[in-house]
Amino acid sequence: MALLTVNGRQYDVDVDPDTPLLWVLRDTLGLAGTKFGCGIAQCGACTVHIDGAAMRSCALPLRAIAGKSIVTIEGLASGGLLHRVQQAWIDHDVPQCGYCQSGMIMAVAALLKDQPRPTDAEIDAAITNICRCGTYQRIRAAIHAAANT
Amino acid sequence: MNFVPKIDRRAFVVGTAAAGAGFSLGMSLPIGRAYAQGTPELNAWVVVRPDDTVVVRIARSEMGQGALTGLCQLVAEELQCDWAKVTWEYVDPSASLARKRIWGNMNSTGSNAIRQSHEYVRQGGAAARQMLVQAAANEWKVAASECTAANSVITHAASGRKTTYGQVALAATKIEPPDPKSVVLKDPKNWQLIGKPIKRLDTADKVTGRQKYSTDTQMSGLLNAAIKACPVRGGKVVSFDAAKVSGMKGVKNVVKVGDTAVAVVADTWWHAKKALDALPVVWDEGPGAKASSASIAAFLKEGLEAETPFVGNQAGDINAALAGAAKKVEAVYAYPYQNHACMEPLNATARYTAEKCEVWTSTQNAEAVLAATVEASGLPFNACAVSVVTAGGGFGRRARTDYVTQAVLIAKQMPGTPVKLLWSREEDMTQGTYHPITQCKLTASLDANNNMTGLRIRISGQSILAGIAPERLVKGRDPATFQGLNPGGEEGRLGYEIPNILIDHAMRNPHIMPGFWRGVNNNQNAIYLECFIDEVAHAAGQDPLAFRRKMMAKHPKHLAVLNAAAERAGYDKPLPKGVFRGIAQHMGYGSYVAAVAEVSVASDGLITLHRIVGATDCGYVVNPAQVERQISGSFVYGLSAIFYGSCTVKDGRIEQTNFHDYNSMRLAAMPKVETVLVPSGGFWGGVGEPTIFVAAPAVLNAIFAATGKRIRSFPLKDQGFRTA
Repeated sequence: MALLTVNGRQYDVDVDPDTPLLWVLRDTLGLAGTKFGCGIAQCGACTVHIDGAAMRSCALPLRAIAGKSIVTIEGLASGGLLHRVQQAWIDHDVPQCGYCQSGMIMAVAALLKDQPRPTDAEIDAAITNICRCGTYQRIRAAIHAAANT
Repeated sequence: MNFVPKIDRRAFVVGTAAAGAGFSLGMSLPIGRAYAQGTPELNAWVVVRPDDTVVVRIARSEMGQGALTGLCQLVAEELQCDWAKVTWEYVDPSASLARKRIWGNMNSTGSNAIRQSHEYVRQGGAAARQMLVQAAANEWKVAASECTAANSVITHAASGRKTTYGQVALAATKIEPPDPKSVVLKDPKNWQLIGKPIKRLDTADKVTGRQKYSTDTQMSGLLNAAIKACPVRGGKVVSFDAAKVSGMKGVKNVVKVGDTAVAVVADTWWHAKKALDALPVVWDEGPGAKASSASIAAFLKEGLEAETPFVGNQAGDINAALAGAAKKVEAVYAYPYQNHACMEPLNATARYTAEKCEVWTSTQNAEAVLAATVEASGLPFNACAVSVVTAGGGFGRRARTDYVTQAVLIAKQMPGTPVKLLWSREEDMTQGTYHPITQCKLTASLDANNNMTGLRIRISGQSILAGIAPERLVKGRDPATFQGLNPGGEEGRLGYEIPNILIDHAMRNPHIMPGFWRGVNNNQNAIYLECFIDEVAHAAGQDPLAFRRKMMAKHPKHLAVLNAAAERAGYDKPLPKGVFRGIAQHMGYGSYVAAVAEVSVASDGLITLHRIVGATDCGYVVNPAQVERQISGSFVYGLSAIFYGSCTVKDGRIEQTNFHDYNSMRLAAMPKVETVLVPSGGFWGGVGEPTIFVAAPAVLNAIFAATGKRIRSFPLKDQGFRTA
């Protein structure tokens, strides 16, 4: 059994300790907002926050995150308010299929915490998630808008 | 009307928290169906609830392309309802079949979702409006012609009476529906919703993680399956040693899936995947195992010179033109296999009993999913049900149903247990239905005045129809091979007037499974034609735009779009030092598209995509913001393919296994995309695919302008180029 803190709640889970966090979230805890895209930390669809840092959960075994605090897309809004990145995504109507956007939003939320006013170059370096629909143009605009709210 | 409703953050979170509970209970139903339960429909397309909510029935697939919002706009335009009250639900294909296919074709391929259903869905909206107005008129005992309807409110001006759609909805359901032929649709000049950049209806849940994709399907007792099919197409399972893995944590079952695959079923998908990776399997790989990229290339190369009866476009006397040419230009191009790589890997959930088989999945072809369910389950149509769930991308791959068949074959071996089959990314990459492989030899003749007098194109390579639907071949010929090169028609015709033409196809079908891939054969055909035309223009010593324009006088729509792109790009103005321009135009799926790309190329091969202008004439624009998204996204999908997208073959199997060796463009490489919409009206063209045709050739022509180097085989990463 392993003890996990996800979105402020504690869970006991009975899975192989090499199970990636993604599958604990999705199949064991039923938190399906975090998506499976590649399984090798390439695409970023599975991005969550581990102690505030954006990390790709599909290649992150459970034993590597003992005692850490996890926030998923379901826990990003707080106090009844959407996170400013989520709001900017709505204002700019960013998603197309939307499958990558949970991970994209989590990556951007972490970026803005560290770099409140990122330049285009900083955005390019930090946001490397794949979107096959190609929503990047609206993503960039929404990041700048969120940075200014 | 306010087209951009501002969602109150607080109200939104509280409101959807309540809806979230409903989702967790209701995932065995198609999302949205609960809205309409209990309220009779006005017709197949429209339900109006007593609280004025309008439920639009969606028979096409939403996979990111925005068809959902566009179809709602079409219905709401004629219904004249309050847009803020519009919601939707997907149609179950078995329900459609039970009603004599009342919802028509449910396929969403070929950029068809709107252009092939705009008329009957608008008629559905208009007929519903007539019934609502009639119900109000009946209640007031006045003539319906004295009443008007707008924004979900019906008004009788003479008496000053008003009512809402919701208040008369129930009465309206009892009125005899009008004859569809009698329904008069609005003149386009009176459209209020069609043509407006209305925000998507499906955004909110996609930013909170609440949007349910089929991979998120949950229900009591659900187990998860991971699958591995024979890595060589045509091969079979010989044996596997289930005992080696059946004791692993969480494992419930190890099953053969048809002749070609094995699957492990477990409590979590990870446990299933881990056991599958440890499962010893013996394959009979079959004759395909001898094939390699080199052997396939040699097979196609032979077709460049062989005899063939498959002619797609012929005019004048090409042999005489070439024989009498003052100058000849010749080039050979090649286009590789490519995978769709939808963000959401293929998946389906199935529950089988002796009496019933249910499937939940995302698809581009719900009726084909139903047919696959019937076939795999062995149960009759009326014992099968398909729930369509929002797709995390489709791009043509979800038009196939192989993953549905597999899910049903697994569930059939565990009656009563719902099983969710999810492909790994490795399975997705190696079991694709690939963009077909072709080579192309092009020859042009110029006269003494540098006019293009002849164009000879020989395409050698794979036919998609021969691979996936041989019954649709026409006397052995695949007409889709000539997309965008046809002499006429409204679907995709060549935009140049050249007196002597011969375009033909030597069909050469390797064992790799081909499929429809966003843009389909237009992609390679536009590269072949538009890069070659550029080559001929340079051989003629003429500007590529001016050279094209000379041949386009009889193709005014093609020309207008090309001109619109050139004008917005400032084609006649100089670019900053080190930045170079390329252009391309093409027609497909009923729409005309053009692009101007501005790139720079560093000495180490780093290509910077500064700006791309994309112009489109799709006849009528339903939602310009959606069209802009499709144009912008097409550059990402198309340029990802040309920079990185190549699936190579070794020992009969696809070598690329994941995004580390089949990369996709990231944000850092995204050019500034400017969209120019020049809808000329009078026709309905597609928008989901057309821009992708011109993405690669415009950039390739710009790379030539920058480097003097013609790239004729792809991807660019194999030619020393890369993006940021």
